Amino acid sequence: MDILPILATLRRHKVTATLLILQIALTCAIVCNAVFLITQRLHRMDMPSGVAEHELVHLRLADIGRRDDEKARTAEDLALLRQIPGVTEVASVNQVPFGNSSNNSGIKLDPKQSQSTLNMTTYFGENLAQAFGVQLVSGRMLQPDDYMDFDAVVHAAQAGDLKHLPSVIVITQALAERLWPGQSALGKQIYLGSEVPLRVVGVVRGLVRPSIWDDAMAQYTGILPVRVFDGNYILRTAPGERDRVLKAAIAALKKSDPHRVVIAQHIWDDMRSDFFRQDRAMAVLLVGVCIALLVVTALGIVGLGSFWVAQRRRQIGVRRALGATRANILHYFQTENFLLATIGIGLGMVLAYGINLFLMQHYELPRLPAIYFPVGAVALWLIGQVAVLGPALRAAAVPPVVATRSV
Amino acid sequence: MFQYYLDLALRSLKRNKALTALMVFAVALGIGASMTTLTVFHVLSGDPIPGASGTLFYPQLDPQDMDGYQPGKEPPAQVTWIDGMNLLRAHRGVRQALMTGGAVPVQPAQSDLDPFFSDARYTTADFFAMFQAPFLYGHGWNAADDDAKARVAVITRKLNDKLFGGKDSTGQTLRIKDTAFRVIGVLGDWRPNPHFYDLNTGGYRGVEDAFLPLTTFRDLRLDRNGSMDCWGRGGGDEDHLETATCVWLQFWVQLDDASQAAAYKQFLVNYSREQHDLGRFQRPPNVRLRSLMQWLDYNKVVPSDVRLQVYLAFGFLLVCLVNTVGLMLAKFMRRAGELGVRRALGASRRNVFAQLLVESGVIGLAGGLGGLGLALLGLWAVRHQPSDYAELARLDPTMLLTTFLLAVGASLLAGLLPAWRACQVAPALQLKSQ
Repeated sequence: MDILPILATLRRHKVTATLLILQIALTCAIVCNAVFLITQRLHRMDMPSGVAEHELVHLRLADIGRRDDEKARTAEDLALLRQIPGVTEVASVNQVPFGNSSNNSGIKLDPKQSQSTLNMTTYFGENLAQAFGVQLVSGRMLQPDDYMDFDAVVHAAQAGDLKHLPSVIVITQALAERLWPGQSALGKQIYLGSEVPLRVVGVVRGLVRPSIWDDAMAQYTGILPVRVFDGNYILRTAPGERDRVLKAAIAALKKSDPHRVVIAQHIWDDMRSDFFRQDRAMAVLLVGVCIALLVVTALGIVGLGSFWVAQRRRQIGVRRALGATRANILHYFQTENFLLATIGIGLGMVLAYGINLFLMQHYELPRLPAIYFPVGAVALWLIGQVAVLGPALRAAAVPPVVATRSV
Repeated sequence: MFQYYLDLALRSLKRNKALTALMVFAVALGIGASMTTLTVFHVLSGDPIPGASGTLFYPQLDPQDMDGYQPGKEPPAQVTWIDGMNLLRAHRGVRQALMTGGAVPVQPAQSDLDPFFSDARYTTADFFAMFQAPFLYGHGWNAADDDAKARVAVITRKLNDKLFGGKDSTGQTLRIKDTAFRVIGVLGDWRPNPHFYDLNTGGYRGVEDAFLPLTTFRDLRLDRNGSMDCWGRGGGDEDHLETATCVWLQFWVQLDDASQAAAYKQFLVNYSREQHDLGRFQRPPNVRLRSLMQWLDYNKVVPSDVRLQVYLAFGFLLVCLVNTVGLMLAKFMRRAGELGVRRALGASRRNVFAQLLVESGVIGLAGGLGGLGLALLGLWAVRHQPSDYAELARLDPTMLLTTFLLAVGASLLAGLLPAWRACQVAPALQLKSQ
């Protein structure tokens, strides 16, 4: 196909052609970045939690009046919960993954450091790892005789009494790898704050934080041997049993002590979907914008194509009368669109890169992977070709006799 | 003349219905998307107390130990109990209030209502006057009530409706955590956005349902919410919050002019020095005194996604406009013959230009109307999203006017280039080719 005559024609429609190119470029740039943002959001929504997601039930109760026997009552509650048919593990915990409310602490590798090495979240609760279904990778889980009561630990911490503070910790693989890259973490020491030394006795595959302000730190987690008595319970059961177990658990606890209120109850999958609802909404919105952009651009190409075809009916007739086949005419318009799209895509790539740079600065987004450029290009070429097909077919249908008539 | 142009424009638009529809649709889509996102942004970045926000300030002190000290680092975002109480008692501002959030178990007197937890704000006497909270019934408490740890409560209209059927409940008893409180005030409709006085408990949620004196909260050991940052041997022990080396309270002060603000800042520096000399503070004085709007800005309270959506929508509008310019240009140029005849019959370039501009204005107006409809639909969709700010997404008169100006302005702008190009056509050439 000879492209020189096409270029010559386009030169006579400079402004219109430029506008079409600009539109394709903008669409290409926005769609590339939007699709990238969508994949980022979807990836984030898939964030591993490290817990047995489909087997957990979360339940939180709060007292109406003041109680001074929380420990005895917690023991009683746990015994009641264990008796519910289908419940395999229970635990009283201080926080739950994706639960938004969290205990965090700075840790150091050397107590003399002036700045913390990093910030990790601290999970408390006897039998917590078993109830969550956290998987042990090396070392051991915390044992019953490692555990201490929360109030005793607080008093010991205030008094600086190391003997009555926890001395062991289980951490996640991600945290171990961050602190001691390539080495075994077992037996290594970390310091909570500046003065509480903790020996790593176990490493688990993962356990996500309750609230995440930096995705890179989502798995910086430690499990400490501290018993808590806050009425915050985790139950593990078979996936199909969860609704029944949740109902039975609430009934049993309210029966044993009616002077309290259920303030949270979840099948754990709902917590994940709640936690990422903003990401999901944004992804849906971006998909909508991409579709709308592509539709508007495609319709623009159809509209402009139709105009050009109508405008050139006479020339087309002349070409046909001079021996051009229908296929020649069809290819002419297809090639014209391909040329415009190519220039637009080229410009769009540069623009896409620019927008990505802007987003990287303002939204801590990674660089746009190179794969998006060819994929975006192919998508726009395809859309251009599909959109121009209608007008081009109409052009090809112009009979040669038009050449002999005045418009 | 205008009417004639309008008639010509409508005829021309009718002649090619699909194309007109496409242009109107593109403009409407772009305007609708931009207005939806712009309205959400406008609502979220608004002033929570118009008129008074310039006199409200959020002092910050740095009471931490030397562990982790870096010169120039921001002081903590909240204050300790000791510092909060010292600043409160110093009375250096026109008004001041110390506060934190929490949740309280409410035990309704009616037997058909189960006990429930309500969000609460524990604060001091000046809170209501300083933040201009409107009272439906009764009034707030005074400093003497604060000192006496009085069992008094101010509740919102929502809680009043639920517990007292909307009647004037002042003087009635409200049972909270097995303790009898006397209702002394009911707030009218009040929803400052953002929830500026405590950003820890959600930036755009409504106000808490119950307001209780801060001293009473500690006396009864009610439950607190929000963030707490500790250093040294401070810990989350609820029994020693008054002495803990933890920041967990918000302190606000009203200062009526710049000289008062400057004096207050100096007071904060002096206070830090004094505490340093007493051995309580270890770091050199490191204070901030941000005004309300500066504080919101510093905390980046508008979600970054909302900003991103605005950029995205305007990018989309740009594409829609380029699309419309292209189509309009093609359309006008195709009518070069007709325009040539008009020119030859004596219409000046200006007349032709005006005629074409009216045509593009009609498209803009139609697109604006469509865009308004789409924006209302978009805002309706936003209101059904599960976010704190969902119910705030409503079009106000300012945004309504902005939508319209944006729509007509944008499409006139889009019409300028095609109209100008079309009236450049030499009449003779066009007539000849006929």
